[in-house]
Amino acid sequence: MIELKNLEKTYRTSKGSVTAIRDINITINDGEIFGIIGLSGAGKSTLVRCINYLERPTSGQVIIDGKELGKLSNKELLKTRQNIGMVFQGFNLLTQRNVIKNICYPLEIAGMKKADAVKRAESLLELVGLSDKAKAYPSQLSGGQKQRVAIARALAAKTHYLLCDEATSALDPDTTRSVLELLKKINRTLGVTIIVITHEMKVIDSICDRVAVLDNSTVAEIGDVRTVFANPQSDIARKLIMPQGELPVTSENGKKIRIIYNGENSSKSLLSDMILKCNTPVNILHADTKDIDGKAYGQILVQLPDDETSAEKITAYLKANSVTYSQV
Amino acid sequence: MSSDLIQLWDKGVLLQGIWETIYLTFISSFIAYVFGLPIGVLLTVTDKDGIHPIPWLNKIIGVIVNIFRSIPFIILMVACLPAAKVIVGTSLGNKAMIVMLVIAAIPYVARMTESSFKEVDKGVIEAAQAMGSSTFKIIYKVLIPEAKPALMVGAVISLVTILGYSAMAGTIGGGGLGMIAISFGYQRFNNDIVWICVLLTVIIVQLIQELGMLIARKADKRINK
Repeated sequence: MIELKNLEKTYRTSKGSVTAIRDINITINDGEIFGIIGLSGAGKSTLVRCINYLERPTSGQVIIDGKELGKLSNKELLKTRQNIGMVFQGFNLLTQRNVIKNICYPLEIAGMKKADAVKRAESLLELVGLSDKAKAYPSQLSGGQKQRVAIARALAAKTHYLLCDEATSALDPDTTRSVLELLKKINRTLGVTIIVITHEMKVIDSICDRVAVLDNSTVAEIGDVRTVFANPQSDIARKLIMPQGELPVTSENGKKIRIIYNGENSSKSLLSDMILKCNTPVNILHADTKDIDGKAYGQILVQLPDDETSAEKITAYLKANSVTYSQV
Repeated sequence: MSSDLIQLWDKGVLLQGIWETIYLTFISSFIAYVFGLPIGVLLTVTDKDGIHPIPWLNKIIGVIVNIFRSIPFIILMVACLPAAKVIVGTSLGNKAMIVMLVIAAIPYVARMTESSFKEVDKGVIEAAQAMGSSTFKIIYKVLIPEAKPALMVGAVISLVTILGYSAMAGTIGGGGLGMIAISFGYQRFNNDIVWICVLLTVIIVQLIQELGMLIARKADKRINK
């Protein structure tokens, strides 16, 4: 378990001090995939670097498995870091080492025997699906392959935690999807707790269990991904989930609902299916969806029929199909 | 060709000059790297943006290096004659010359290697820190190996510079092509000999340059082969 308590980081510059993060209180449970989303400059990168003390917080505590990092000696801190893997937007592989030796690096640091390290590295390479690239150098790999190697390296020392700092931001949509699937697999099969930092909603949407929305250096909203998506409370969350802004509620009478297209439900012909199944017409008041990488994202504002039973039929249908919606 | 030149060749003076130039250059460069490389590491690591910032130490080393680098070699050489006497027991000949070349080259090598180390991607170093590497392990497992291609290119440049210094050292009793050019050519008004020495020096520089760069390119794994 990772506990962040009243975390604050202030940088002193020649022009005065800049607060990168403040009042951060987050508990990340074992086994979950926790997302941290925010626009650039919101403090995401600083926050993730405070978790493994690459950046020393100005005040507050980082407690990992009951150990407060600020109280550890340098040696103990290095030891603790070996248990927290990290992957980066820029991959950061050692350019002069081949793939297998890159994965061996954290094992060398941990003092493992060379033969054992190579064996462990080979099994990880198999996990990330790159066994045939063991002798290749990073310059010979594609972006997605580099990130897979980086993930294998981050997990090599039997890490319990994995920090992903914009790990898919430099990748194309297809590669992003496959890397995200790999992260999910690692979480499910190895039980590694994953913390994902991103500015992309689709990353949160596709793999995270819970999300913290960062704005203006602090947590604006935190909760289950489904709940936050369905009913964002903060301005920033609304902005991130519905980049075009929330659709205006027209003055029409009657009950209205907002159906959220999060990229998953859109491939099915949702609305027409709903109308047919419920055998009741609905009035589309407003629609704003965007096609992102073959999937629809956005929202549709629908007026429900006046008669109660038909309206209930529709909401029941949406629930049954686990479509995200909210009453407006 | 003048008869003097043929005589020089027949006596083996020219061949010995070539050999001495190469040998002095490589020996001096090697010793200069033994001292200069750790100073380069220290300058990189203790920098305010380095992996172990010690600003005051960085400043002191930086100033010393700059002082030595700003003294023209010919003056430094004369000033260092007493030091050569203390270290190798003589202020004449090749032994003394190596001492002076090394003293002149250490600050140069320190700056050269520092700039190579600073080319190493900060992200890679951050990744190594995130994996729990100590400063010492980052230096010898990340910083030096990652900078290797740039270090090799720097070594080629250093060798050529030190070769240039070695020719100057010929004026005060060192051996090599510089000495031949001065004592057999310039001082005896024999321009043929001067030009032959220039030509031979150019050839040696070209060989070091081309071979060195070839090895450096071969060693660099960033280039897709």
